[in-house]
Order: sequence, then C-alpha cells, then structure tokens
Amino acid sequence: MSAKPAQKMDPARRRFLQDAARGTAGCAVAGMGLMWMVQDARALPERAIRPPGALPEEDFLASCIRCGLCVRDCPYDTLVLAELGVDGAATGTPYFTARDIPCEMCDDIPCVAACPTGALDKDLTDIDDSRMGLAVLIDQETCLNALGLRCDVCYRVCPLIDEAITLERRHNERSGHHAIFMPTVHSDKCTGCGKCEKSCVLPGEAAIKVLPIRTARAPSSEHYKLGWEENNPLVDELIDLPDRLPGTGTDNLAAPGGFEAEGAFQPTMKLPTAGADG
Amino acid sequence: MSANTHLPVGHEAIRDKGLIRAHKYLILRRLSQAFFLGLFMLGPWFGIWWVKGNLSGSLTLDILPLTDPFIAVQGIVAGHWPELTAIFGAVIVAAVYALIGGRMYCSWVCPVNAVTDTAAWAHRRMDLPKGWQPKKNTRFYVLGMVLIVSAVSGTIAWEFVNPISMLHRGLIFGMGFAWTFVVAVFLFDLFVSRRGWCSHICPVGAFYGLLGTKSLMRVSAQERAACDDCMDCFAVCPEMHVISPALRGKDEDTPLILSPDCTNCGRCIDVCAVDVFQFTTRFDDTPAPGRVREKPKTTRKIGKAA
Ligand code: SF4
Ligand code: SF4
Ligand code: SF4
Ligand code: SF4
Repeated sequence: MSAKPAQKMDPARRRFLQDAARGTAGCAVAGMGLMWMVQDARALPERAIRPPGALPEEDFLASCIRCGLCVRDCPYDTLVLAELGVDGAATGTPYFTARDIPCEMCDDIPCVAACPTGALDKDLTDIDDSRMGLAVLIDQETCLNALGLRCDVCYRVCPLIDEAITLERRHNERSGHHAIFMPTVHSDKCTGCGKCEKSCVLPGEAAIKVLPIRTARAPSSEHYKLGWEENNPLVDELIDLPDRLPGTGTDNLAAPGGFEAEGAFQPTMKLPTAGADG
Repeated sequence: MSANTHLPVGHEAIRDKGLIRAHKYLILRRLSQAFFLGLFMLGPWFGIWWVKGNLSGSLTLDILPLTDPFIAVQGIVAGHWPELTAIFGAVIVAAVYALIGGRMYCSWVCPVNAVTDTAAWAHRRMDLPKGWQPKKNTRFYVLGMVLIVSAVSGTIAWEFVNPISMLHRGLIFGMGFAWTFVVAVFLFDLFVSRRGWCSHICPVGAFYGLLGTKSLMRVSAQERAACDDCMDCFAVCPEMHVISPALRGKDEDTPLILSPDCTNCGRCIDVCAVDVFQFTTRFDDTPAPGRVREKPKTTRKIGKAA
C-alpha cells in the first residue's frame, strides 16, 4: 500500500532506520519505567537508618552495590539488607532498625572497613563522628522522665552519656515542688546509634527515636542573630554602642530615654549587683 | 522446528549416547551453578564464611574481592568513583570472563539460567508458539538505556530490577517479594517470548557478551560433515543464530562458533547424536570440511530460520 514513499529510500536503510526508531522508542518507554522505579525507591523510610559513614542518600544509591559485606561483618547483626516489598529502603541496601538492634558503635567500625565501594565512607575513622541519625525525644507525654519519674534508661545506655544526651532539670509544674529530668539530645554529639531508642522501657514504640537528620533537624535561620553567642554580635561591628553605667542621663534605666515619668517605671533590677532575676 | 526432527528433541542423542552423555554439559552446568550459589550459602547455612557477599560483590577467603563489572560501570556513570577494592574486584571478574568466554557467566554461574532454561524446556514440551521475538540488538539498546538511566538518575539503575540480584541476594540475604521478578521472567519466557529474557533483553548478558568478544574458549562444529540435519542443536541452543555460520560453513569457513552471543553452555554438544560439536579454543585451526551432501531445500529453510 505505502509502496510509493518506501521506494524513495533504499529498503535496507529504511529498515535500519525503522528498527533503530523502534528500539529507541521501546527503550525510552522502558527507561522511563525504570526511572520511575528508581525515583520511587529513593524515598528512604524514616525508620530505616543507614550504617555509620553512609554517604548521603543520593550518593549512596550511586555507590552501594548491595553486596551485604557490611551486614556480614557487623558483629551484632545490626545491619540487614532491605527486602523487596517488606522493608521500604531500596531493595538490597543495608540499614538498621534502632528499636530492633541498634548500632553498638564498634571502635574499629567493621562495617565501614568491609565496604568495598566507599558507600560507607572510609574517612570515618572515629565512630563518635558518625551521624547515622539523631535521637529525638519524640513523645514527651509518655516518656517517664517527662512525667516526673526517674527512668533515665535512655540516658544511661548512651555510649556518649552526658555529651550526646543529658538530663536537663526543670520545674515540675504538676507537683509544684519536684524536678523533671528531661532527656535532652545534643545534635553535635549524638551519633544516631539508636541505643536509647532500643532501651526505652515503654512497651512497643519508644518515646525517644532516632530519626534521619533530614527530618530531625531544621536549618538554622540566617535572619536571626543569636546575640548571646560569641562571634555572633547582634549588630555587626559597624556600631559599637558605648557602655555606660546607670545613672542620670540618657541611658538611665530608671529614666528611659532620659525622661522621668513620674515614678511610673520602677525597675526591680539592680545593676551592677543584679543576679536575682527570679 | 520440531517438525524437522525424527524423534523429539534430544531423544536420538539419548538413544545413541546414553542419558548421562546426552546431558553431560547440562549436568556440569547445573553443578557449577549450584557450586557458585553453594559457596555463598555456606555462610548463612553452615557458618562457613569462605565467601561473603553475593554476585554483585563478594570477598573470598578474606582476601579476594570480586565485583560485578557491569554494576561498577553503572556506579561510575552514576557519578561515584568506587574505592580501589571494588575497582580491583571488577577488573578481576572482567579479565576472567574476557579470557574464558564472556557469556560463560550466563550459562555456568548466573542463577537465572536455571529459571529460563526451565521455561524454555517447558515451552518446548508444551509446543507453544515462539511469541514476540525482539531484534537481535535489543539487548544492546537495553544496555544503553540502563547506562543512560544510571547517569541521569545518579543511581546504579539496573539493580532496582535486576532479577539476577533479586534471586541471588534473595536466597542469601532474604527474599521478600523479590521472587516476583523471577516468576515474571519465567512467565515472560514461557508465554510471551521464547528465550526472551536471556537471549534478547538482559543487559547483564549483553555486557558479558561484549566483554567476551575475543574470548578464548569456543565451541567448534568440528565434525560438521557428519551432521544429519536433525536440527536438535538449533532447538536447544538459547542463541540459535550463532550455530549456522559454523555448522553450515563451507570448507574454508571456520567451524568455530565465534559469535559473542554464544554462552558456551555446551547443550549443542550434548544433544548431537553424531557428536559434531566440541569445546576448543579460538586458535584451534584443525581443518573441518563442510558437508558434502547438498540439500538446498533444507539449507534455504535453515538460512531463513537463523
Ligand atoms: S559500628 Fe559496629 S554495630 Fe554499628 S553497624 Fe557498624 S559493625 Fe554494626
Ligand atoms: S558493604 Fe558497602 S557496598 Fe556493600 S552493601 Fe554495605 S554499604 Fe553497600
Ligand atoms: S542515638 Fe541515643 S544512645 Fe546513641 S548517641 Fe544518640 S543519644 Fe546516645
Ligand atoms: S527510656 Fe524512654 S521512658 Fe525512659 S526516660 Fe528515656 S525516653 Fe523516657
């Protein structure tokens, strides 16, 4: 039927072009399907924690060949390879679930040593520097310490006790005359090993959980200067306000703006001997 | 194809050579596949950790690292230059297959081979239609597609679907629903496309084929003069187009099967009642006269089928 246009082109050439077009189109379709699967598998579940030294997720999927050698060399059977349709992480990639078996933070980091590809970064030589995730006291309503009891278990098991996790005293409003010892995690030290989550005494889910850092942390804002921190002045060194002692004058606290308001403002603060701020 | 045979495929060989010799390489291959899988299973089953890992990457006796070179290449195009251990492992594997025969991986090591061979066997028994037969170069398109997706997505893309890893890793580390990929390959080969997966789609096989273009070990149709046109070799060969040039060659044509598509599975050797084929090297230049008998009708038909 369509013999006429066909005759214009050498049949062999025509067939070649046709085949190439079909192959390319077929592969484009298959490639898009594959691309979709890849993107879908990128969504690492919140509860799947990568091993110590794991590259950021986007680099991890370019580097981990899913050999499982890290899994084999983990002496505590912490790590497992994700199974298709069972665990949400990309099939065959290593991760652990802190509530099941946390990372014991081995000194010699055998999992990193075993990794042939560098998906677990060989530059990690001190396990205290690893950042697998960040523990967060996520349920402050059921945590026993938050209720005013002295459970302290998560605090006591932490390999970096008093550094990664501390107990912060605060007033117990309910009883009125007790303290609450709030388990408080510090991101500059917490490795995300999950020992606290594992040992939380609550049945089922733990009140303290290791979350991926991407979830646990908010980026600090550039706009808000923390004036009380050194090297972070409220106003950049452009203006250096004169320091003056209180007294009659424009900076007098007793007379803000130098204006005597007929005793309307009576500061309780006594400078420079101030100290009783309530 | 079976219309041309006197007895059902393989029966003449069994009659003339006995059951064992008519399945020699099939048995050896299954043993080899079981051996390579078994090495990896020694650890999880018996606590003997001679070999750790899986086919994607492994460590043998704590010194020999091996890496799947195709996975390494995908990782590199995805933008990650692996540690030396993985590079070293990939080079060793690539060198070995480049030397002995690239697609020997397919028929002697790959665990999916048993699946697709079974599908092909069932296909023959059920006398199903060939189904969709993609072009010979389809697998190279797939190979290219995988590398492009790896580069664009920045991932080792084929590992998200690779039924080889799904099966092998699944058996060693835990399967989950990975078996669905294996079943899919089986059904595809059985009902959609005869010998479809390994001989037309799988980019891993295509990659190893490219690696082994100049490999040493080859099957030769040395005794091609004795061929009695039973066509059994064509029926069992997963890549039957590779046979004709050697088997139907003239006196001056080489009897060696030089196509990189040949998986060195040796089934043609098994199934030939008159022992036309044998394993040899690519440098074997023993003269092998072509067939004296001329059967133009059959020849033309075969030429078309191949
Ligand atoms: S540091 Fe030790 S316990 Fe933690 S994942 Fe690595 S090998 Fe396992
Ligand atoms: S050892 Fe490295 S490459 Fe292998 S599974 Fe673990 S992280 Fe991935
Ligand atoms: S995850 Fe918990 S136990 Fe581990 S370092 Fe952080 S606070 Fe300590
Ligand atoms: S172990 Fe659980 S309940 Fe106890 S203090 Fe820690 S988070 Fe609270």
